[in-house]
Amino acid sequence: MAKSTRRGFLKLAGVAAVGMGAKPVYDAFARRSAPEQPTPPAEALTAKRWAMVVDTRKCLREHGCTDCITTCHLVHNVPDFGNPKDEVKWVWKEQFEHGFPEQHNEFMSDDLRHKDVLLLCNHCDNPPCVRVCPTQATWKREADGIVMMDMHRCIGCRYCMAACPYGSRSFNWRDPRTHIAKIDEGFPTRTRGVVEKCNFCAERLVRGEIPACVEACKAKALAFGDLEDPESEVRDLLSRHFNIRRKPGLGTQPEVYYIV
Amino acid sequence: MHDAKYIVPGLVAFLVLITLPLWYNAAMGRSAVGPTLQYPEGESQCVLPKDEMKGEHMQILDDWRDEAVRDGERYYVHPDGTTREKSLTNTCLGCHGDRAQFCIKCHDYAGVKPYCWDCHIEPERD
Repeated sequence: MAKSTRRGFLKLAGVAAVGMGAKPVYDAFARRSAPEQPTPPAEALTAKRWAMVVDTRKCLREHGCTDCITTCHLVHNVPDFGNPKDEVKWVWKEQFEHGFPEQHNEFMSDDLRHKDVLLLCNHCDNPPCVRVCPTQATWKREADGIVMMDMHRCIGCRYCMAACPYGSRSFNWRDPRTHIAKIDEGFPTRTRGVVEKCNFCAERLVRGEIPACVEACKAKALAFGDLEDPESEVRDLLSRHFNIRRKPGLGTQPEVYYIV
Repeated sequence: MHDAKYIVPGLVAFLVLITLPLWYNAAMGRSAVGPTLQYPEGESQCVLPKDEMKGEHMQILDDWRDEAVRDGERYYVHPDGTTREKSLTNTCLGCHGDRAQFCIKCHDYAGVKPYCWDCHIEPERD
């Protein structure tokens, strides 16, 4: 047997290193090429930045109306546990001074101050919930800015609930299936131990339908559209009426606007 | 053979012990042959050939889930050119309508418990 030398060893090691490197290269080339993805179906609604405008004047005129909430919770199989401790909500109402704590003044009109305004996930441009999620179960879609939830990945740590300054997120403390009055087949339910919230009806947008709450509003107080499109209804409303957002000082850049 | 009186009964006992699962299943009336599944009527081909589906459906479902939920790529182009929605409820159960006769039967046999249906909804069958 040949006497092993340092030179011989180094040569051998070099060849071995090349050999080890060949496998990943081979794999990369051998990988089945993914079938070409079709573009989203023609009927899908797309935008660069989805946003919602809530006209509180029109909304408050329909005193006590909860059509948007009922419809949303129906089509998304949101459970009703019947007590505020376990409450799961996607869209809800809250007194103005609670929803907009920095923007109510001492002697402001009672028409607004103690009136319930509609609240939902703001789909922030700079969402704090996304920053804290350890599993990326919640993330912001690059294409249209919707802050999405992936229930498959949610581990129920509730960091996002602590991070969200708007209380938009709810935790399923108990099995939700048993507390849904009528299960809608068009949308999955959730399971115990995950966080959920409004998804701007992403599942409806892909079918070419506008969000359920906007459709359900008989006062036409809700407008939904593309902020990046100067011709859109939301841009038109925002340019013509004074509007506010929730807790603007936090820098989260909410994308739900309120005309007051 | 020396000590045959110990070795032979020992061997017999060993063989009985090691084949006990087989005897047990036979006694309980279970067979080692896989369950017969009820395939959808009027459908000739699944998303992929049968053998590939058998071995890889879990991986396919996993990939579809990520692509549909996270990347928004909700449609799959079948090798034959048709397009299918990446949807457990609509596409998979659209053909394999009877979950009890298809999914559950085989999963029970294989001893796996996927939790898809804790959230996803089995469509009402008419």
